[in-house]
Amino acid sequence: MFLINCPYCGERDQQEFKAGGEAHIERPKQPTELSDDEWAEYLFMRKNIKGVQFERWNHAHGCRKWFNMVRDTSNDEIKAIYKMGEKPPA
Amino acid sequence: MIKNLRVKSSEYIDETNRISFKFNGKTYHGFKGDTLASALLANDVHLVGRSFKYHRPRGIMTSGSEEPNAIVQVNPGTNRTEPNVRATEVEIYEGLEASSQNCWPSVEFDIGGINNFLSPFFPAGFYYKTFMWPASFWEKYEFFIRHSAGLGKSPTSNDPDIYDHRNIHCDVLVVGAGISGILAAKNAAKNNFKTLLVDEKNELGGSTIFENNKFNKIDNKTPSEWLKKEIEELKNIKNLEIKTRTSVAAYHQYNYLLARENLTDHLEAKDKTNKIRQRLLKIRAKKVILATGALERPLIFNNNDRPGIMLSSAIKKYSEFYGVACGSKNVFFTNNDSAYESALSLYNKGINVEAIIDIREQSESKIVKKVKEAGIKVYWSHTIVDTAGYKRLNGISIMKLSNDGTSVTGSKISISCDCLGVAGGWTPAVHLYTQSGSKLKFDEEKQIFLPNQNTSQQISVGSCGGDFKIDEIIKNLNQKLKDNLNIKETDLDNIKVEIDQENSKRNIWLLPSDKPLGKTKPFVDYQNDATAKDIKLALREGFRSIEHVKRYTTTGMGTDQGKLGNMHALGIIADTAGVKMGELGTTTFRPPYTPLTFGTIVGRNVGKFFDIFRRTPINDWHVENKAEFENVGQWKRAWYYPINGETMHQAVQRESKAARESAGILDASTLGKIDIQGSDASEFLNRVYTNAWSKLAVGKCRYGLMLNEDGMVYDDGVTTRLGENHYIMTTTTGGAANVLGKLEDYLQTEWPELDVYLTSVTDHYATASLCGPNSKNILKKIIPDLDLSDENFPHMSFKEAHIGNIQCRIMRISFTGEHSYEINVQASYGKDLWEKCIEAGKEFNITPYGTETMHLLRAEKGFIIVGQDTDGTMTPIDLQMDWIVSKKKYDFIGKRSLYRSDTMREDRKQLVGLLTDDPNIVLEEGAQIVSELNQSPVEMLGHVTSSYFSPNLKKSIALAVVRGGKDMMGKKLFVPMENKNINVTVANPVFYDEKNERLNA
Ligand SMILES: [Zn+2]
Repeated sequence: MFLINCPYCGERDQQEFKAGGEAHIERPKQPTELSDDEWAEYLFMRKNIKGVQFERWNHAHGCRKWFNMVRDTSNDEIKAIYKMGEKPPA
Repeated sequence: MIKNLRVKSSEYIDETNRISFKFNGKTYHGFKGDTLASALLANDVHLVGRSFKYHRPRGIMTSGSEEPNAIVQVNPGTNRTEPNVRATEVEIYEGLEASSQNCWPSVEFDIGGINNFLSPFFPAGFYYKTFMWPASFWEKYEFFIRHSAGLGKSPTSNDPDIYDHRNIHCDVLVVGAGISGILAAKNAAKNNFKTLLVDEKNELGGSTIFENNKFNKIDNKTPSEWLKKEIEELKNIKNLEIKTRTSVAAYHQYNYLLARENLTDHLEAKDKTNKIRQRLLKIRAKKVILATGALERPLIFNNNDRPGIMLSSAIKKYSEFYGVACGSKNVFFTNNDSAYESALSLYNKGINVEAIIDIREQSESKIVKKVKEAGIKVYWSHTIVDTAGYKRLNGISIMKLSNDGTSVTGSKISISCDCLGVAGGWTPAVHLYTQSGSKLKFDEEKQIFLPNQNTSQQISVGSCGGDFKIDEIIKNLNQKLKDNLNIKETDLDNIKVEIDQENSKRNIWLLPSDKPLGKTKPFVDYQNDATAKDIKLALREGFRSIEHVKRYTTTGMGTDQGKLGNMHALGIIADTAGVKMGELGTTTFRPPYTPLTFGTIVGRNVGKFFDIFRRTPINDWHVENKAEFENVGQWKRAWYYPINGETMHQAVQRESKAARESAGILDASTLGKIDIQGSDASEFLNRVYTNAWSKLAVGKCRYGLMLNEDGMVYDDGVTTRLGENHYIMTTTTGGAANVLGKLEDYLQTEWPELDVYLTSVTDHYATASLCGPNSKNILKKIIPDLDLSDENFPHMSFKEAHIGNIQCRIMRISFTGEHSYEINVQASYGKDLWEKCIEAGKEFNITPYGTETMHLLRAEKGFIIVGQDTDGTMTPIDLQMDWIVSKKKYDFIGKRSLYRSDTMREDRKQLVGLLTDDPNIVLEEGAQIVSELNQSPVEMLGHVTSSYFSPNLKKSIALAVVRGGKDMMGKKLFVPMENKNINVTVANPVFYDEKNERLNA
């Protein structure tokens, strides 16, 4: 059970949050211009790696804000948390 | 006559408080302070159960939570009964009853014992190999296995006890109150850390508290005396909370731990009532100090499982702590010095020790010399090759061990004994450590797994961290505390420790016998009856991974998770396969460390608190009018209103007719309502719905369909434009929260540039849906000054009005195909509004109807219900709802997916109507549809999604999804059922009023 530092509320129990999959996948601005393969790439293809992963999380039972998290899936270490629209840490 | 083996008074046993209890129906006596195990041993009862597979007699083996054999059913036949309880952990009280579990008809005469003689036929994987074929026999096998296995019985009536949960936040959590845990907690608390110390036992002090070995001294006192003084001092320390009878079950990431605090299990029945029995502690600690100690290992030799064979350390604890001799003729079998401490402990109390069998060649430590001086015979380089005695050990045979330890030589010596203490060295209790995600490394010299890298703020101290000698323990503990808690001075800086302890050990995982392995029974997992030869067989059969061997042989898969034998299983695999232990890795230790009751897990969330439920503001009226309710998500919705003993079918037929012929009223308060405001609100709706919204005039309503990005229908509902920049969206009852979440997601992450604000207002409004040809007349009576003409208030429009001085929003929209109004008022006025409608509608026979009639009426019109007629694989095109998909809009959620090759296939399942050839037959929802009856196998074309008998059409109607159904209009299909085939014809899904004339009736 993680302890997650919501950028708006501070440290809260994982129970209050919802995971939202891989981060930094932008919805194409002009979907109609895309081939089936390109659209499928956006729609279906998600990484699920053992190691450092960029994820979206939502403080669903709190401020309801979405934010980004860098997490090492091999040991669940949360390496960074930053707001939507901000650049991921190097 | 029952033998009394109580040997001396112990300060932990209150001999003035005599307690009677029953075991397997027979009455025994013990004292306050006894466990069920110590009291039974004092009465010379060793035989307490039968093994799982061979039904071999088994005795008490340990004195703690690692016990594999003494698994009992407590208070059988009562509503407080509990199976799978370790007798070594049950504190006795007046009136306690317990019985053996795994035996039938009794522990003394067990029918399954015949399995023991059939054991050549029960090798590893026996259950997998034998009971798999033929499949049809499985039921018979299962009956046999379950009847003779008897894994305890669950109570058959409600649990009378109360359970509780508590959240605890602390700076330092110390798990285990042995010497290391006590010193760690004391120093943490003294340095202003808010500290919690927990231990599974009822007394603090671990094994040091009865450590009277005269060769070890702390500040010139025996460890026991010294530790008692330390424990006494704990009372005066602030910041320190101590919880005994509290067992940590799970250690999750980020120092989140679950512990069970046991509050009444040790009390008499009369003292248990109205008290919390067990409490689940949910602990979030900044730092965790694991001081969980070590478990003594047994040795693996032929017939090492007879009642009377115990861990050497358990014999010592029973003698020193409980004042009980486990036997009158004791022998020890060891590979290290520990057994000598136990032997000396017995000797000092005048209990007979016959001999010590030591597989080492020699040891020169003081304690060994002392044992020799006491005249106890020591057999060096010897091993036990067999044991004798069926229900109780009565002798052992020993032989000289070869130099390499793989065989025996010379002649056999027999020694008669009734108790054998086995000492195979110590295994650090790293279970919680590994649960936390931290990794182990194998120490080749000590032959143990030790904590390696820590992933959370934690340290392992004392023997669970690999320190076994008191001087090492204190020195390393001191350093770890200073480093981890960042403190400069501790109490431990000036402690003087003198010790004489030897760590010399000869490790042989599987000891040889004079018989070939195949003819012996060296048990590795006592509870699951897995032997060393089962493990070797699994390796011969090609199993390599430790996890596979574990499952195939069931080693370590009992309720004790193989706490005693797992290391030996690993050792035997490593030796046989010729690999190093460290390369093999360990099996995963999973929570809970010891079993938890369901009561503890659910706490107070039982009965009506099991899940949240939501009621509408009009609920009381439904209850007063005898509605039946159905669960829709968390909502309790009125389902139908039976009168004069009507069945559901009769009530629904009546309600449906009334709604079309005159007037009906539905509580629609549960529909999700989202208030949308902002200068980009119209653009936002354009992007989330499939149809166009920019041109919707203020005061108008529009039906919208929402897709997922994959093009599949997600939700639907009517949205009304209340003002230039203000909309109110309705969603399905079950989808409300998810729709809001999804919309917020797009707003915050994809379209942050949009000026739009979403607020859930579902609970703020009560909604009465008035429908039928007389709905207009009824509304007229309630709001006389509102112009209800079609010109002023047409279908799909909205008016704000007042009923008396109550403000309301009225939408003229319809989910039934009838002329209808949805009246929304502030939630607290909901019941008042409803009653006004009922009152005004009396002269028109207004009929309240529930969700079932609503479903029927909309099915007559072919309106879909998302989640019933769709299942996440239906596009609007599949639903024959092409009309709602805007061709002009450049983009909306899911648009691109509607042009993927897969979603454009002609042979997708499509929504159609179905009519049964016999109009009286109502199809079953979920029934499969085929086009051929005499073909096998036959293609399943689709299934029925909604089906009713329509009282208005006087025939059966159904909606279905059928492969390529769009082009099948008029085609004959079949719905094969168990006893008959039903002939059906594909039809237009709009069964009633196809031209929508009734909307303006
Ligand atoms: Zn937050």
